[in-house]
Formats: sequence, C-alpha cells, structure tokens
Amino acid sequence: MRSPLTKRSPLTKRSPLTKRSPLTKRSPLEKRQLRAAAWFLAPALLLLLVFFFLPVIAGLLLGLTDFDIYAIGSPGNARFVGVENYARLLSNDVFWRSLGNTLFFVALGGPLSVAVSLGTAMLVDAKLTRLRPLFRTIYFAPVVTTLVSVAIIWRYLYHPRYGLLNHVLGLVGVGPIDWLGDPHWAMPAIVLLAVWKNFGYNMLIFVAGLQAVPAELYEAAAIDGAGGWRRFRHITLPGLAPTFLFVGVTTMIGYFQVFAEPYVMTQGGPLGSTRSVVLFMYEEGFRWWRIGTASATAVVLLLITLAGALLQFRLQKERA
Amino acid sequence: MRRRGPQTLLLHAALVATSLASLTPLGWMAAAAFMQPGEANALPPHLLPHDPTLQNFVALFTRLDMARAFLNSAVVTVLATVLSVLINAMAGYAFAKLPFPGRDRLFKRLASALVVPAQVGMLPLFLLLRELGLVNTYAGVLVPYLASIFGIFLVRQYALGVSDDLLDAARVDGAGELRIFAVIVLPIIRPILATLAAFTFLSAWNDFMWPLIILSDGHMATLPVALAGLVGEHVQDTELMMAGSMLTILPALAVFLVFQRFFVRGIAAGSVKG
Repeated sequence: MRSPLTKRSPLTKRSPLTKRSPLTKRSPLEKRQLRAAAWFLAPALLLLLVFFFLPVIAGLLLGLTDFDIYAIGSPGNARFVGVENYARLLSNDVFWRSLGNTLFFVALGGPLSVAVSLGTAMLVDAKLTRLRPLFRTIYFAPVVTTLVSVAIIWRYLYHPRYGLLNHVLGLVGVGPIDWLGDPHWAMPAIVLLAVWKNFGYNMLIFVAGLQAVPAELYEAAAIDGAGGWRRFRHITLPGLAPTFLFVGVTTMIGYFQVFAEPYVMTQGGPLGSTRSVVLFMYEEGFRWWRIGTASATAVVLLLITLAGALLQFRLQKERA
Repeated sequence: MRRRGPQTLLLHAALVATSLASLTPLGWMAAAAFMQPGEANALPPHLLPHDPTLQNFVALFTRLDMARAFLNSAVVTVLATVLSVLINAMAGYAFAKLPFPGRDRLFKRLASALVVPAQVGMLPLFLLLRELGLVNTYAGVLVPYLASIFGIFLVRQYALGVSDDLLDAARVDGAGELRIFAVIVLPIIRPILATLAAFTFLSAWNDFMWPLIILSDGHMATLPVALAGLVGEHVQDTELMMAGSMLTILPALAVFLVFQRFFVRGIAAGSVKG
C-alpha cells in the first residue's frame, strides 16, 4: 500500500551516501557502518514488526474468520468465513448507528474545532496582543490534560440540575437542558467537550501558518484600502490553505477514532446516540468477544482513514 | 509605542473571554476537589470551597487504593519515556546517518504506516500478549509504546542536520560507532529527544484505551483506567471524583508547563514537515 506520506516528504530525498553500485566491494568502514545500522535499527524494527505490523495484518485476517470466545481457548475453533463478518456488519443496525454517530461527530466537531483554532490563533497572533505566551499556554492547557479526567469533569458540568453550564445558561434565561440524557443533545455535548479539549493543538499550527504569510501583503492591502474582512478573505485564508489541508485532514482522522468521551460520559447512550465506531468495536471485541466482527469494524476504520489520507494527498497535489 | 484604542480593548476582551472558557472547567475541578461532600451540588454553585478540606484526597489514597494506580501510571510512563527515547533515537539516527542499501525506501515504507490507526491491531495484539502471558503486566502495557514511527521520524529529521564531517573525523580518530552515537550524536540531538520525551510522557500518562484493554486487573490499572472505574461506583461523590481527576491531570500539566517549548517545536516539526 502506497500512502500519501511516502510521496509527500521532501526530506527523504537527500542522502547521497546510499547511492552506491551493488557491484563495488564494500570498504571496511562501510561494513562497520552496515553492522552498526543493523544493531541500531534492530530494537525499533523488531518491536514494530512484532507488536504493530503483525497485529495489523492479523487484524485484516481475523476479520475474515469467525474467531470468538471459543477460539480464544483453542484457535483451531476459528473458521474462515470470507466476507461474512462484513455482510453481517452491513445488516447490523447498531453498526450503522455507530457509523452515523461518528460521522455526525466528525462533521460537527471537525469544522467547529478548526474554526475555533483559527479564531484563537488570530487572536494570539494579532499585532496588538499583549502577553502572547500566556494566552497561548492557556489555550494549550486543555490539550495536555487527561481525556478521561476532563470527560468526568464535563459530565458534572453537564449535570441537568447542578451543572455549572445549565446554571450559566439559566442566568440568561435558557431553560435547563438534559445534555447527556437527551439523545438529541448528548452527541453535541460530546462535540463541545472535544472542541474545548483539542482546539489548542491546531491553534499552535495555525499560529505557525499565520506567521508564514508575508507581512508585505497585508501592508500593501492596507494601502489599497482593503478592510479587515477583505484582508482576511483574500490574504489570510489563501495564505493558510496548506495549513487548512493538514489540520482539516488530521483532525478528521483523529475524530473518527473517538472513544474515551462516550465511554466515560454516556457509555454510548442514551438510546445508542453516542456509540462511536471504536466504542462499537471495543464492545464487540472485548465485551462480547466477537473478534471476527470487531476486526472487520477495525478494517472499516482503517479504510475510512486511508480515504482521508488519500484525499489530503490529492488536494495537495492539485495545489502544487 | 503601540496605539491603545477600542480595537486593542476588544481584542483583549476576546482573549480574556476565550481564556476563561478554556480554564473554567479545570478551575472548577480544582475548587470542587477541596469541597466538603455535597458542596459541589450546592445551588447556586460555589465557585470556591467555603470550608476547604483534604478529605477527598485522603479518601482516594486510603479507602480507594488510588496510590497504587498512581504508582502504576508513574512506572509505566517513566519506563515508556526512557526506553522509547533510547530506542527511537538509535533508529532515527541510523536512518539519517548510517548508510545501508535500501535505507530510504525502508524509511518511506515505515513513514507510510503512520496513517494506520493503532486500534486496527489492538485485538490481535491483545491475543498475542495473552499467549505470551503479558496481560495485566507492566511489560504488556508498555510494548506498543516502545517503538514509535512518529518518534523515529522526528529524530531522523533532526539528525539529518548533524555534520558528516564531525562523524567522519571521529571515525578517523578511531572512535567506534556506539561511542560516536553516545558521545557525539546524543548531545547534538538532545533538543529533539526532549521533545520526544515530553510527547511520550504525555501520551503514555494520558492513554486510556490500550491500558483499559490490557490491564483488566484492578491492581494493575493506571490512573485513567482506575478513574473510569471509580466513576461507575462513585458518580454521586462529585468532590471525590474531582480530586481523582486533579490527581491525574496535575502531573501532565506540570510536565507541560516545564517542557512547554519542546511541545511547540514538536508540533511545528510534525505539521510543517509532516
């Protein structure tokens, strides 16, 4: 499988040292370096092979078997069933619901996070801003917090009766909302938590992107009498296009893997309205020990991710 | 002098408002962690504890065995950080500076696997570790943290900047490859190792799904797993849960505040060069 990352990196192209004819005899120094390379690489490559690549390949294969609780004791019980797991997934309402929930989470949370990240990045980057490092640190703080902990904190903030959020909303006359208990509100509530937790990361990337936009462009536009909105529309946004692409796709891929928030806050409820694809996979695999369908679900996740990466690659190529 | 006007005022109002939104949940957690039982459910809400107490933390350590979870988290995180920095530093350096046939092709292949979500291999990895008898052990939770493609990538990009002349001079002087790595290369690439260490520390400390799967025994649980279990039984004890959350978040926040500049560098390296 050729992924976009292979072609993207311009940094892999510069090592003249490796260009040697295989027919020339190796010098003692070259032999020594070859040996050293083997020893230096062995731990990392072995670990990756045994604990990452083999499991991933095994996952692809397990998705084609009926591996279940009986097969765990004696793997001989597992049979090859072809695409039966996939067929079963496609006719499983809970799977479709989980996929739909995840798409909703990505479609609402992705753009919202990117917008908040860009907004805060522009605040931090503005010329008049004082105490820039302080604000940057404050925005970034939620990113480093433990997801399980903040999911628990927000669970209390969302409490319909005692929660801080409803109290504040009550002050401006908005009636109490049963955030996590109402199937219509539960997923938006999780989106809000995710945006709060994650926006600081992309904010940093946007700040770097903003600083790369040439200042002369803004000055020239100001001289031409372009207002704030037009400068944003015609200079900032086009200047940030590559950053948008990167941030958009990585955020999307990350959000497809949402798991801990619904696990801790709602256990997938109410009425399955917050069960995500990964939570579905976890339940299939580790609660019901249906390893076959769980693996097939993982493959679906992989395909979605690859599609996202491919999209990024295409768009990038179009721009170039 | 900068011009102060309504624009500046508006800008800083927006900065302060967003900062408040950013900090309020953490501030409320910190306040509630020191409240008396039931006080967090007072109406109207208390923003500060009226009669601060440490009893929630005492309960976590005496009644609920969170000390053990803290120890588990600390052991796993420190081991993951030290070992993974060493392992990825060696591999990243080799990919950058030690020539061997097919090196760059191998690296590209490896980097292309960056897009594969970790969840894809989790079930088989669990089954494999079960066969190896590593379920509910530190070794079991550690193995996926030890070598990271992203870590190798970070180190390689940085190590490409190490001068070949310097390395060759050391070789002429008769230094062995291991010695060159330890004495010359490691000090030069120290900044990126700090970045890698900071990232590894945080991701190991905060990780949830993998420890949840591999550490099913309560005694082996890391803090996030123990906390997620605790909220099932003690969901009514808001103050207790906030103390537990604070205990989990504080080390991560402290590491971030101390190593802040290394995070900024790592994110920039991961995104711009990515």
